[in-house]
Amino acid sequence: MDIERGKVTAIMGPSGTGKTTLLKLIGGQLKPDAGTVHVDGDNVHKLSQSALYDLRRRTMGMLFQSGALLTDLSVYDNVAFPLREHTSLPEVAIHHLVLLKLEAVGLRGARDLMPAELSGGMARRVALARAIALDPQMIMFDEPFTGQDPISMGVLIKLIHDMNYALSMTSVVVSHDVEETASIADYIYVISDGKVIQSGTPMELKHSKSDWVQQFLGGVADGPVPFHYASQPLMDDLMQAEPI
Amino acid sequence: MIGDKLQALGRSTLSRFSRVGRASLFLWQILLSLPYMMARPFLLVRQLYYVGVQTLLIILVAGLFVGMVLALQAYIVLVDFGAEDSISLMVSLSILRELGPVFTGLLFAGRAGSALTAEIGLMKSTEQLSGMEMMAVNPMQYIIAPRFLAGVIAVPLLTSIFMAVAILGGYFVATEMLGIYEGVFWSQMQTNVDFYSDLMNGMIKSLVFGFVIVWIAVFEGYDCMPTSEGLGQATTRTVVHGSLAVLGLDFILTALMFSV
Repeated sequence: MDIERGKVTAIMGPSGTGKTTLLKLIGGQLKPDAGTVHVDGDNVHKLSQSALYDLRRRTMGMLFQSGALLTDLSVYDNVAFPLREHTSLPEVAIHHLVLLKLEAVGLRGARDLMPAELSGGMARRVALARAIALDPQMIMFDEPFTGQDPISMGVLIKLIHDMNYALSMTSVVVSHDVEETASIADYIYVISDGKVIQSGTPMELKHSKSDWVQQFLGGVADGPVPFHYASQPLMDDLMQAEPI
Repeated sequence: MIGDKLQALGRSTLSRFSRVGRASLFLWQILLSLPYMMARPFLLVRQLYYVGVQTLLIILVAGLFVGMVLALQAYIVLVDFGAEDSISLMVSLSILRELGPVFTGLLFAGRAGSALTAEIGLMKSTEQLSGMEMMAVNPMQYIIAPRFLAGVIAVPLLTSIFMAVAILGGYFVATEMLGIYEGVFWSQMQTNVDFYSDLMNGMIKSLVFGFVIVWIAVFEGYDCMPTSEGLGQATTRTVVHGSLAVLGLDFILTALMFSV
């Protein structure tokens, strides 16, 4: 699997197929049983702890499904957090940077709110502002559209797309929202049970001959992925009931 | 049947040992993370407020009542032997040697230990710890180490406050209610209580208790299953294991310190 620099790469697949695990492998939070992950030329799992932290600081940002904002800090302080930890910028410069990042996601006016006061969509936008605070080369999005209302969804789609090109970043989007993801992705990997089933541009996938891919993209209830969880035939099950 | 039981026994023993191993490695990592905090003293100060200052009220109230009750009980026993003048000795020795450190330890485990576990566990289940790691900030240094050190510092301080308040409580009951002379009360204490063998041993106990309770509390939070059920179990384990550790260690330390 290759993730091209400067593009939006989507990783799609049903729930529980290891999409989030893949992101954690890229970020070095989990160790693979087999295989290697290279980011910017470094084998992530061969690095020492300090080198791994250095790689994360230089190249990676990650947007978690829940936002993962620090609940004891305000919106402003959350965005300022990576800047304060990793730079020795004066407070004035941090102030300007934080406001610019918040402006980019449209939440400059919400800077004094606490994370508990934000809606789910706003929390993800703040988390996005925080993820781009150190201008990373790559951002990983973990299910950015799950549980969003149509407006927040539209905002997030626009933000991910625009930021990728405005900041010439690399974006990795993990999602199972077909339409939304296909609308911004340059290249899509469809995975199931930890294996890549198919890959290609959104157009190529749409015309895929694989029944599995068609079922997934079309959201069909029954097909290669069966509707029923594996079990014995219904009649056998019913006949086994104990007589009362 | 027996095979199954043996297997279950083996499995639970192994998982216990691996927990002990994880907890020891965890402690080692905390100790390695302590120097990081020297550059960020505000982290420690804030945690000292949360685990120390916010536990103060329950310590003050408990201390006062323990001291008062102890004075009453001591009087009832001593007056039969005409030895009621020794009331201050009985109160102060019980408080300094045993009740001060043990009570503070138990109250701290219930009040601050459970809160620490719940806070860290919730941070884990809301991905705040992972998020921090991905921002290249080590949660061990930023979250765990300040809480650990704050607890280790706070418990001896809280213990000394508990001791002082309890002795004052005993003093009021003895002099105001029971009619013991003030001078007798203080002079008995002054002549018979030893700074090193009584007060210092009590403080050493409290330091050990604080260390163990906070270690258990932060480990349980960090190691918990990130679900509401797992979080509840971890909080309970902190209080139960923390309290039992205090009582068990108290026996061992008393045997080492005061045995003849």
